[in-house]
Amino acid sequence: MTRLIAAALIALPLALPAAAADKVKIGFMSTLSGPGAALGVDMRDGFNLVVKNAGGKLGGLAAEVAVVDDEQKPDTARQAVERFTKRDRVDVITGVVFSNVLLPVLPSILESGTIFISPNTGPEDYAGDKCHPRFFVASWQNEDVPGAMGQKVQDLGKKNVFLIAPNYPGGRETLNGFKRYYKGGYADEVYTKLGQLDYAAEIADIRAKKPDAVFFFLPGGMGINFIKQYASAGLAKDIPLYTPGYSADEDTIKAVGEQLVGVLNSSQWAHDLDNPANKKFVADFQKEYGRLPTMYASQSYDAALMLDAAIKAVQGKVEDKDALAKALRTAKFDSVRGKFRLNNNNYPVQDYYLREVVKDASGRITNRTVGKIFSDHGDAFASKCKMG
Amino acid sequence: MTLILFVEQCLNGVQLGLMLFLLAAGLTLVFGIMDMINLAHGSLYMIGAYLAATVIEATGSFLLGAGAAMIGTGLIGAALEVSLFRQLYRRSHLNQVLATFALILIANETVRMIWGAQPILLNMPEALAGPVEPVEGFRYPAYRLAVIAVGAAVALLLYVMVVHTRLGMRVRAGASDRDMANVMGVDTRRLFTLVFAIGAGLCALAGAMLGPILAVQVGMGENILILAFVVIVIGGIGSIRGALVGALLVGLIDTAGRAFLPGLLRHVFPPTIASEAGPALASILIYVLMASVLYFRPRGLFPARG
Repeated sequence: MTRLIAAALIALPLALPAAAADKVKIGFMSTLSGPGAALGVDMRDGFNLVVKNAGGKLGGLAAEVAVVDDEQKPDTARQAVERFTKRDRVDVITGVVFSNVLLPVLPSILESGTIFISPNTGPEDYAGDKCHPRFFVASWQNEDVPGAMGQKVQDLGKKNVFLIAPNYPGGRETLNGFKRYYKGGYADEVYTKLGQLDYAAEIADIRAKKPDAVFFFLPGGMGINFIKQYASAGLAKDIPLYTPGYSADEDTIKAVGEQLVGVLNSSQWAHDLDNPANKKFVADFQKEYGRLPTMYASQSYDAALMLDAAIKAVQGKVEDKDALAKALRTAKFDSVRGKFRLNNNNYPVQDYYLREVVKDASGRITNRTVGKIFSDHGDAFASKCKMG
Repeated sequence: MTLILFVEQCLNGVQLGLMLFLLAAGLTLVFGIMDMINLAHGSLYMIGAYLAATVIEATGSFLLGAGAAMIGTGLIGAALEVSLFRQLYRRSHLNQVLATFALILIANETVRMIWGAQPILLNMPEALAGPVEPVEGFRYPAYRLAVIAVGAAVALLLYVMVVHTRLGMRVRAGASDRDMANVMGVDTRRLFTLVFAIGAGLCALAGAMLGPILAVQVGMGENILILAFVVIVIGGIGSIRGALVGALLVGLIDTAGRAFLPGLLRHVFPPTIASEAGPALASILIYVLMASVLYFRPRGLFPARG
């Protein structure tokens, strides 16, 4: 008898007609502890700001955002993804910072039919032949931001550049991006362990090789330590540093201050970009969290806006994943970076700017936009993607 | 490769080695004398770093921070010894590993609750933030020189203490034959507590000194604990001299691997393979060293027990 009731209880939900969803479930998996934590925290706060501004909703549906720390470890990420796709059955997963966390779990996310919106890393494989109708990138392809800096260093007439990045997919793709546009010579190209915090050996190497510029990609705490140690070795005055915007943003400025003043960096966004959406974003973010947002926060904010617009477009029917994915592809929203659209591979086409870290009139150290490097720029792999 | 680069890399290696020594010294004494595997040694290092960071932020004085961390962590170490470790000495190694692993988890979660999950970024003391130029044309970060000086002074102090004082004699006696030392009237209970507190204090010093070079964060102890175990295995368990030699070897080889190996590989292999294999090889170099030491001298370079 009990068995019969149990069977009936299990079968019952199957018999009921599918009701329209009354909420949208989002799995927000990000790096919230360790040296990369500042990045994940800014992304979480950027995403939550959109939800909060809309009264706890996205696209008119109540938004249930489950925040999980991936600890920058693929193993932890795998467990979280299992939970999201099997138990919680979320509609959308987003939030991941690092490519070495995302790449091992992405196949199982996409196989489960869940939509993934990347608010940060834009790996090469999924921009080209592995491009997927349910995989979206709201930030950039990994080569784009460093590519803009490569173009700038090329324009500055540098002849002998020292490159340093962590040894993981994001690190290698970043240096490839730089090399795509910089055509001069190289003093060396060094890959360090991901998460390394002591750069004494590498800095001694830089001193000995006497390059005319150093281009470094060391996201989060790695870059903070590198900049501090570079300055304490007395190299900052002799050999200028160039970096993609990640290592010259508010989180790094807060930690190293003066030592960053004068550093040129590239980004698809800046807090002083002059458009109404950005003005509102920067003001709201400051009011809510008491600090200036970073590009990470802006990307995640845009990812939430994109999702908001798409849910509106399908009139809240998030259970129809094909329709939702199609709506994301063409979602119309006011991006904080100004002009923004998705390419055939679901990666952005946008402008890239040059920023300089300056000390403003009030003594505050922050970024100022000093020029545009690329206009309407799409990544180099879109042509390999078979999606229309 | 220029002479200056070589000297600079050697200094970097020595600096890393001396800091590893501070950790390994306590670990090797506890392991050697009390026959106790303490996986939570790295947690004491983490607690020391957090205490230092807190006091430095509150007072602005680096010296005060380091001192408070050493005393505070020493006391925590002594309290742990009296309350928990004493129960574990006669147990099997598996019991000890399980109990101290639990301690790691408890310490990490406690630190996360008190200080949060985000790392604390310590700055170097203002006076030592820049480079110094001891020889014309050779600049080196002042802070790292200070770390080397402190590390060397502590190593010397420990050496004098272990080799030339009565306390040291008892420690050595305990390390080479615990039961005999007991029979000869050494009060091993008090000795153990004292050794444990000193080991914890040294951990805290390493945590405070490395704070500005690395980052003060949850889990920082586990990464460095593995290196410390490699050091004492190479040096010989229970031997302070072995810990010093082992630590310097590990520091120098790790630095040399990172500094020179990718460049050397590039002469042999095409650049793409060299840049892939270089960092990977460099990071396993110290384990290769450990394996070869174990092969030729299974008890380490300077075994404390005959």
